[in-house]
Amino acid sequence: MTDGGRMPIASNADVVAVRQQVRAVAIEAGMSLIDQTKVVTAASELARNVLVHAGGGRVTVEVVDDGRRRGLRLAFSDEGPGIADVEQALVDGYTTGPGLGLGLGGSRRLVDQFDLTSAPGEGTTIVVTKWARG
Amino acid sequence: MERVPILKLGDILIISIQIDLDDQSVLGLQEDLAERVVATGARGVVIDITAVEIIDSFIGRMLATIAAMCRLLDADTVVVGMRPAVAITLVELGLSLGGVRTALDLEKGVAALGHLHGRDTTR
Ligand SMILES: Nc1ncnc2c1ncn2[C@@H]1O[C@H](COP(=O)(O)OP(=O)(O)O)[C@@H](O)[C@H]1O
Ligand SMILES: [Mg+2]
Repeated sequence: MTDGGRMPIASNADVVAVRQQVRAVAIEAGMSLIDQTKVVTAASELARNVLVHAGGGRVTVEVVDDGRRRGLRLAFSDEGPGIADVEQALVDGYTTGPGLGLGLGGSRRLVDQFDLTSAPGEGTTIVVTKWARG
Repeated sequence: MERVPILKLGDILIISIQIDLDDQSVLGLQEDLAERVVATGARGVVIDITAVEIIDSFIGRMLATIAAMCRLLDADTVVVGMRPAVAITLVELGLSLGGVRTALDLEKGVAALGHLHGRDTTR
């Protein structure tokens, strides 16, 4: 299923597999139940975006350690159409599809660090980090 | 696509979500449920999410859609068993599910439907 923490996102079943893997790694990183739930929910939103808006891509799931605490880093990437106006895409309710427009803004609130790199025609990369508390 | 079973208990339909739903299964459940509500003439629908570990915007929208759809088909909907971590995450995600009636567990959910119906008949 995983290859060095890297998972494909090419189908609805892959989105479910990403959720399950992120849950397993969040537990491994010592996260509380609430933080696990938040990071899995963010992962579900971002994986669906890769599938729906970019036609597929991948995510790398890894445990990170900054010397004081452990956490989880998820790097989503695709070679889809990219996002022309990132600030606009992050606004709650903004969507170019049939969704609710909460995926980007909502997942940014659910994690500690959220880095989005995208340009039209160049695909999209989103790296998020969530730290285990206490 | 995995199917979620829909059980009938008197004039109530009960759905207990026990699997990690992919998006296609979510849409399938909405359709199956609409058909069953009409076919059975159910007056109430209880959706038990005790086993559901996360609700993202797609699944959240399903709950809102089911509630709205059932209202049009003359049935009341109650969502029961939401986990505390799921509730906290939903609010932070930005989904308050304002139009969705909830109860803490199956028993309270079924009781809430009884009350709704009781009020209906005395009107
Ligand atoms: N990986 C991606 N590739 C291209 N566009 C994207 C991607 N992710 C998000 N977007 C754009 O950002 C918008 C907002 O995303 P989101 O907040 O998840 O809402 P939704 O998915 O419901 O439309 C999308 O409608 C889409 O236009
Ligand atoms: Mg989205």
